[in-house]
Amino acid sequence: MTGTQRIGRRLVVALPYAWLLLFFLGPFLIVARIALSEAALGIPPYAPLLRWTEENVLTLVLNLGSFATLFDDPFYVDAYLRSLNVAFVSALLCLLLGYPMAYAIALAPAHRRNLLLLLVILPFWTSFLLRVMAWIGILQDQGVLNGALLSLGLIDEPLRLLYTDFAVYVGIVYCYLPFMVLPLYATLARLDPVLLQAAADLGARPFRAFVTVTLPLSLPGIVAGFMLVFIPAVGEFVIPELLGGPDAQLVGRVLWVEFFQNRDWPMASALAVALLLVLVIPIAVFQHLAARR
Amino acid sequence: MQTQPPGLRPRAPERGPEPWRDPEAEPYVRLRGLTRRFGDVVAVDAIDLDIYRGELFALLGGSGSGKSTLLRMLAGFERPDEGSITLEGQDLAPVPPYERPVNMMFQSYALFPHMSVADNIGYGLRREGVARAEIARRVEEMLELVQLGGLGARRPQALSGGQRQRVALARSLVKRPKLLLLDEPLGALDKSLREATQFELVNIQERTGTTFIMVTHDQEEAMTMATRIAVMTDGRLAQVGTPAEVYEYPASRFVAGFLGTANVFEGIVKRAQGSGVGAAGALVESTAFDAFFASDTDPPKPEGGRVFVAVRPEKMRIEKSAEGTAHGTNALSGLVRDIAYYGDFVMYVVALPDGSLVRVSRPTETRMTELPITWNDAVTVRWQDFATVVLAQ
Repeated sequence: MTGTQRIGRRLVVALPYAWLLLFFLGPFLIVARIALSEAALGIPPYAPLLRWTEENVLTLVLNLGSFATLFDDPFYVDAYLRSLNVAFVSALLCLLLGYPMAYAIALAPAHRRNLLLLLVILPFWTSFLLRVMAWIGILQDQGVLNGALLSLGLIDEPLRLLYTDFAVYVGIVYCYLPFMVLPLYATLARLDPVLLQAAADLGARPFRAFVTVTLPLSLPGIVAGFMLVFIPAVGEFVIPELLGGPDAQLVGRVLWVEFFQNRDWPMASALAVALLLVLVIPIAVFQHLAARR
Repeated sequence: MQTQPPGLRPRAPERGPEPWRDPEAEPYVRLRGLTRRFGDVVAVDAIDLDIYRGELFALLGGSGSGKSTLLRMLAGFERPDEGSITLEGQDLAPVPPYERPVNMMFQSYALFPHMSVADNIGYGLRREGVARAEIARRVEEMLELVQLGGLGARRPQALSGGQRQRVALARSLVKRPKLLLLDEPLGALDKSLREATQFELVNIQERTGTTFIMVTHDQEEAMTMATRIAVMTDGRLAQVGTPAEVYEYPASRFVAGFLGTANVFEGIVKRAQGSGVGAAGALVESTAFDAFFASDTDPPKPEGGRVFVAVRPEKMRIEKSAEGTAHGTNALSGLVRDIAYYGDFVMYVVALPDGSLVRVSRPTETRMTELPITWNDAVTVRWQDFATVVLAQ
């Protein structure tokens, strides 16, 4: 390998890392720094960490009050638990819906697979916000869904669908389904169909063959899809804000309120840092265990 | 097609009796009118075939000959469009693959990558609900049989190609199937490993007494391993017989050319009797050049019929002769065009005056660095009556 090649190879690796350092780690450090300062009236609305005391001594003032509040006030703990719960259930629903979809696409004749995959990602061609707004039109009391049910005579008065947890689940599952289907498809398409024939040959009925061969071999896709849905869903703000009820206090919404309405930047930052830790630590442990296996 | 060719001395019964010679014997596997079509293509075309218990039967053919489709129908992965498959008198057609007393060793081995070797082998037994201790015992037994003792805890990915092949064999044998199907069992092995594995497979087949049906495109593999060979082409059976029968008494030009090398000449039957050693025999006149072919077996067609003559290179002798020597009966003269030295034998390609080529092989019985016959030598190629095979097609 020549020197130019080696430099080129390092550059390819270094560039994305530099990007991440600059635009991910940098902002994170700023947020972490704000989380450790006291709230203050002014611009910016927090006190500096390094201060000159009256005796002209430079002191570092770290305020852990915001983090303490997170644990003391059940409002915040509830918001975390609710968010984790909503994200988990949504990811599970996406898995249950997405697995058969991905499996069907993987088994479809090769010339039709690309079309089916295109249909899965087709919603991305419209703005995310518009698609969530469209659900308001479908779910509201005089909306498309209630209208259809009423005219079919299945219900006598409109169902309350919008501004409920149901609407939040519908919105999240709808928006995140492609992130489940694509990694599942990728693993299922790579599955050698001869393995299933071998299972059948050795006496496994189709369901048994699925449980003992297809499912364990698609586990990487299940984990990837689950993470891709679960992680962004925990901090999701737009969907609960537009479709959820007033009592749907999820972390994303609480964070927004702290930041923009209460102008308590240290509190909002503490919420964000805690959210990151809540997600990163279990995933890191999981990765570590998976790598050891 | 399955009748015994005339003049064949029975082979020494080194592998026990030959039930296919016994008209009373009950076939183990019976195929009748078996047909499978894919669109307009007839992959398997009305095949009738009997296979007997304890055989190592080889389906030999090129790609697209229908041999794999036939095997997949036996396993249950393809449904026949017409015809029947019976095993010990039981109709297999309505039985799904997971209920057939038949197991298959796949060409790619199809080992489960997420299971250990022992779990792979025990998979079929777990599906049957065999007790844990019994599974462990039988898996251990199979590992010993295929000489993989102590490797049960490994993953298939951590094994060599030869070891994987043994795991696949053990996995397909552990349920003690009535019939074991092998799809190109040695196809993924390199040449040096292949020969040793051939003998081992035959050894295991004899020890377990299982009936094997094997698909292969490799004629050497079929010849060395099989009790009988079915040569397939275009979805039909070109010939069925023991390796020696198929080699020495090919039923057609296709079979003669597919198994080994054969020189084929076209001719017309001159005399249908008495030209050979005994009462039987034939004399065929070449249509291409002025020569006669004498055979010690009766021709397949009456006098005046158009036939083909096949002669194997190793049954011919080559000797130097004067330039311009005329052809004779079972004697052709020409010039040496090419020489291929294989070490154990030398293959001469002789060009006849009309341009057609004859291949003659000559064993290297003595040590020689210079060949006694060399390029552009005038030579005559001769052979005896018994070497001449007269074919109708």
